[in-house]
Amino acid sequence: MTKKVRLLPYADFLGVRIDGIADVDGGAPLLAMPFSEGLIGGPGRLHGGAIAGLLEIAAIAAIDATLEDEGQNARAIFKPITATVDFMRPGLLVDSYARAEVIRVGNRIANVAVEAWQDDPERPIAAARINIAISAPAANEG
Amino acid sequence: MSQPEPITPGSFDPAAMLAQARRGHIVALGLRYIAHGEDWCEGALDYDRRLVSDPASGILASGPIVSLMDTLAAMSVWIKRGVRSPQATLDLRVDYLRPAKPGATVFGRAECYRLTRRIAFVRGVAHDGDESDPVAHVAGTFMLTDQG
Repeated sequence: MTKKVRLLPYADFLGVRIDGIADVDGGAPLLAMPFSEGLIGGPGRLHGGAIAGLLEIAAIAAIDATLEDEGQNARAIFKPITATVDFMRPGLLVDSYARAEVIRVGNRIANVAVEAWQDDPERPIAAARINIAISAPAANEG
Repeated sequence: MSQPEPITPGSFDPAAMLAQARRGHIVALGLRYIAHGEDWCEGALDYDRRLVSDPASGILASGPIVSLMDTLAAMSVWIKRGVRSPQATLDLRVDYLRPAKPGATVFGRAECYRLTRRIAFVRGVAHDGDESDPVAHVAGTFMLTDQG
C-alpha cells in the first residue's frame, strides 16, 4: 500500500503538486510545479527562491513517503536544518519537476539529495543537499 | 575580452525596483524594501498563512525565507556594482537556526562582501524582530554573466 503523502500549504502557494509516485527509489514522489506568473524572477527566468522552494518540498515529501503512516493526526514535523542549493541552468518560464532521493533517514535526522529539471531529467536546472530534522507530532516541539 | 560596462555608483535603486515590480515572485510574496547601503540591502517578508509549512503550528516554510534572502543578496550585488547587470545564482547555502515565530515579519539583510570580475560573494542573516536572535544565515555566490 502506498502511503498518502501530504504537501505543505506553501506548496499550494507555488502551485506544486504530486505528479506521481515512483515504484522504484523507495517511492519518492515526483513533484510538478507548473509555470505561473508568481514564480517569475528576472526577465524570462524563474526566481531562484521558487526553485529552492520546490526542492525543499520534494525533499520533505520524499522523507514523508518513507515514514510509517500513523493516521491523520500524527503527522511528523519536518524542520530543515541546512540546505545547499546549486543552480546549474536558468529556470525558464515552463513547468518544472523535482524528485528527491533519501540518502539516510534516522530517528531524528534525514539526509536528502534532490534535483529539479524542466524538459529533460538528464539536464537538471538545480540540485540540493538538504538535512532535515524529524520530530514527533505534538510533543518535542521547539 | 569585453570591457566592463561603465558603472555609475549608486545608480541602482533597490527601493524603486521593488516599488515598480507589478508581477512575479517577489510581488506574490509581498517582499518589502527596508534600507540599503553601499554593498548591502535590507528587506522584509510579512507573515502570510499561505506560506506555512504546517497548518497546525503556523510556522513559516523555509522556502519563502530563501526567496527573501536570494532577492536581497542579488540586490546587494547590483547595489555594489551600481547597475542591474545580468547575473545568475550559482549556489546558496542556508542554515536554519530556528523556526520563525508564527505571525512575525521576517527581516533579512544581505551583503555583497567580495566582488571579482566574474563572481560575487554574498552573505546574509534573517531574523524575526531581534537581530541578535537570527532565524537563518545564508552564504552564496552569483555568476556575473555580462563579464567575459
